Amino acid sequence: MSAKERDPDDQIRLDFASGVMASAAPGADVVPAPGAVDAVLASARSGSGQRGKKVVRKDGAVSKSPKAPRGVKAAAGGERRRVTAAEMATKHREISVSEFFSKNRHLLGFDNPSKALLTTVKEGVDNSLDACEEAGILPEVRVEIHPEGDERFRVVIEDNGPGIVRKQVPKIFGSLLYGSKFHVLKQSRGQQGIGISAAGMYGLMTTGKSIRIISKTGPKKPGHLFELAMDTRNNQPQIHREEDFDWEKNHGTRVEITLQGTYKKGRHSVDGYLKQVAIANPHARILYLPPDGAAAGSSPEEVTQTGIDGAGGDVVVDGLIVHERVTKELPPEPIAIQPHPHGVELGYFLKMLQETQARQVTSFLQNEFSRVSARVAAGMLESAGLRPTTRPSKLSTPEAERLHKAMGEAKIMAPPTNCISPIGEGLLFKAIEEEVQADFHAAVTRPPAVYRGNPFQVEVGLAYGGNLPSDELVTLYRFANRVPLQYQQSACAITKAVLSIDWKKYQLSQSRGALPSGPMVLIIHIASVWVPFTSESKEAVAHYPEIVKEIRLALMEAGRKLGVHIRRVRREVDEHKKRSYIQKYIPHIGIALQEILALTDPEREQTVDTLTDVLEKSRKV
Amino acid sequence: MAEMSKAKLKEIQARNKKLDQEALRLIETTASDVYKKINKRKKPEVELPIRSLSNVSYSRKNGYLEIGKQRKVRTLTVNTVKTFAQTLRMMSLSKELIQTNDFATKRDAYYQSKNWGEAMFTDQTESDAVMDDIEALFSVDHLNREQLRFVPDEHGGAVAGDLIVLDPDIETGEMERIDCTRFGSGAYSIPSSVEHLSFQTTAKFILVIETGGMFQRLQSHKFWRTAGCILISMGGVPTRATRRFVRRLADDQKLPVYAFVDCDPYGISNIYRTLKVGSGNAAHINQFFCVPQARFLGVTPEDITAYDLPTHPLKDVDIKRAKDAIKNDPFFQEHKSWTKAMNQLLKMGVRAEQQALAKWGLNYVIEEYLPRKLAEPDKFLP
Repeated sequence: MSAKERDPDDQIRLDFASGVMASAAPGADVVPAPGAVDAVLASARSGSGQRGKKVVRKDGAVSKSPKAPRGVKAAAGGERRRVTAAEMATKHREISVSEFFSKNRHLLGFDNPSKALLTTVKEGVDNSLDACEEAGILPEVRVEIHPEGDERFRVVIEDNGPGIVRKQVPKIFGSLLYGSKFHVLKQSRGQQGIGISAAGMYGLMTTGKSIRIISKTGPKKPGHLFELAMDTRNNQPQIHREEDFDWEKNHGTRVEITLQGTYKKGRHSVDGYLKQVAIANPHARILYLPPDGAAAGSSPEEVTQTGIDGAGGDVVVDGLIVHERVTKELPPEPIAIQPHPHGVELGYFLKMLQETQARQVTSFLQNEFSRVSARVAAGMLESAGLRPTTRPSKLSTPEAERLHKAMGEAKIMAPPTNCISPIGEGLLFKAIEEEVQADFHAAVTRPPAVYRGNPFQVEVGLAYGGNLPSDELVTLYRFANRVPLQYQQSACAITKAVLSIDWKKYQLSQSRGALPSGPMVLIIHIASVWVPFTSESKEAVAHYPEIVKEIRLALMEAGRKLGVHIRRVRREVDEHKKRSYIQKYIPHIGIALQEILALTDPEREQTVDTLTDVLEKSRKV
Repeated sequence: MAEMSKAKLKEIQARNKKLDQEALRLIETTASDVYKKINKRKKPEVELPIRSLSNVSYSRKNGYLEIGKQRKVRTLTVNTVKTFAQTLRMMSLSKELIQTNDFATKRDAYYQSKNWGEAMFTDQTESDAVMDDIEALFSVDHLNREQLRFVPDEHGGAVAGDLIVLDPDIETGEMERIDCTRFGSGAYSIPSSVEHLSFQTTAKFILVIETGGMFQRLQSHKFWRTAGCILISMGGVPTRATRRFVRRLADDQKLPVYAFVDCDPYGISNIYRTLKVGSGNAAHINQFFCVPQARFLGVTPEDITAYDLPTHPLKDVDIKRAKDAIKNDPFFQEHKSWTKAMNQLLKMGVRAEQQALAKWGLNYVIEEYLPRKLAEPDKFLP
């Protein structure tokens, strides 16, 4: 039985360095539940052994040994064995990552036509923003969706970023898992370098159209145009066209992908997505041409309709929906950090031991981890019972495990948190104000915290009142590293944290186990060097207690602001009602007294005036 | 028809006029207090008795559940201005009713408010609440709602026997003379307000009866003639009008009142207790709506054994009611003989209806039971 024939969801290891997958032995050091590719991918991302440059897994080798893959099942199969281990070994071969994903596109967010369109836009926008920020350029991203007939769209994403040097273009867009960010522990939107090329691959598969890239790196440099397809078997780009291109832009990149998709309005729409991007990226200017034409959006009526969830109208300029930037300052550049001893998993730690340049384990610990001083290193080595001068690569597996355990138990300073770049309370507030029209806005940025050695920071913003629909559940916008999360809301730790808050305290109504209801958009952002997603399509944040706790604290802080506001509004309404009470009812006291005591009209009027005066005065006290 | 002496008629008219004037005086005093406060640039206030059970106790001297001395002050503020306006307008309505010699039911009063513009009631519960407040306010001065010409919607029970009711016609002011012996097999129906009635009788006592069926039997066989009494049917828990009627009649003619009800916790602790000492919920009006002179003729727990009556087992709700009465009811705490009787009933675990006497013949109650009981009124439970 070859690996190719097996259910791809069953026991798969990714080798990120070579872009190949090999079937792995059950019982290897990081064993996912059978049938859980997501889990494998998640564990891969969350650093369980594969965070480094070259993952030469021990079990990778084992997986190719004749017996290992069949170990458990063969025993269960018992007498019926027909193929010898040696024969089987000949059938094992590598699967290209691109081949794998072409068969499992749902893992990357291409499971249905409407999601595919959104994912394509999302990957393109992520790349553009990351590139601009890295180059220190204020991003201006233009998104166009052109209908090309039956369920087919040409998506254009154009930025003013630094551009891409000519020889890199095919690699970046024509092969999966080619990227600059995966190997670095710092906050960024994309991580694995899968996204945009997967989108291109999806387009190719559904329409046969190649991906078209125009890029220019500077005003005096020539622009270049590529048309690329992809050799999925070898994870290699195929260049269909390559030529110089005279582009009016000084620098930037334009990507065009034609794909099969469905354009939808509403909750998971491109329109809504870009609005959310604008909220989380107040320094970016985003222009958008929707498939039905923004020209239609120039009439005031249409303008409001393009707003998401009734959150207010969009600004339309020259036929484009414009999300204007609210700041001209780029967010500070996130700094890459070394892994923290508490956040390193054993598999990855073993690999580090093999690959380090350090000659002694003590210097290895000090040089390759953050917050490990000579004294801390000595302490860890002592409790692991190891000599500091041992060569790292010479440690036996049990010794390494002891050291790993000692690292986990050692008291070490929390990792540095300057590697995170939150939106910031002030800017988040401004961005919400700009994007969501409402009576009241609030924003909260928590101080940084740490989960499993990874620093992270939580921000919460909210918009309340105005024309937001008051009889529905609140709209929840989730963000991770400034990227809006679109799907799997109920599986997300963010949602869990929102549900765990008693919103009645903050004057919102809430049914048991449900989101609160009221005219509100709730925005939650997690910034981290490594956001733990539950799956590769990066749609839900995993439930780490530290993260849920921080989100809760931020929500409570924002909730208190909201509660104060709602109470104040109610008081004002109340006040107004009471004032009108005085005017409404005091005359009746006058009438009744006149009837009972036979007062004259002047007497009655004077009584009414006096009483009004007395009551008004008493209110001011 | 026996001629009513002119002096008697004058006396009745004077009494009714005095009542009306007292009501008018109280309304005017209250309004005038409010008026004076306002013109002293002070916030007007009214003082209401607190109507909670904590402010209710059994008065041995008066023989009923009495409202205590606790008061709450309601000040005219922005929050209370609406209720205040409505209260005053309602009092003005009362004044008008007295002056025009008319009356209004609770429902009538609610609809009257529809002329008040902004101050109108949107629901009858609102107008009822205001009326309750006014009643509580004036109860301090021993004036009840009927005297303010606000009458309940429900009327009272049925009356038969040796009694002449004098009822002034509201149209002509002439005194109607109602002879309660002349209703054949029917009966006189107590009106919803009885404040203006006067009585003439030679009866020796009043017999109040729980069920309409038993009343019908005693009336049809003219038991009132043989026993020399007035029969009054309560039809379950007696209404305000029935209680007030019995009370006024008993006070006026100095007659003893005997109650004849079912022998079960409901008959004893709800019907009889309410008749005699009033209710805990509306203690502020008990001074008018209870009959402290009432005594319990039967059916007693002892009767069940003595007359070998057919019984039904006590239900859970009966047992709960009985235990609650023994434990919490000031009336039972005051009268140990009642606690004893109730405990006896609980021990027997049964109840018996007054009509159970029919076991011994339909008219056994007339021929045997009641005469035997009435021979020894001293033995009646308090």
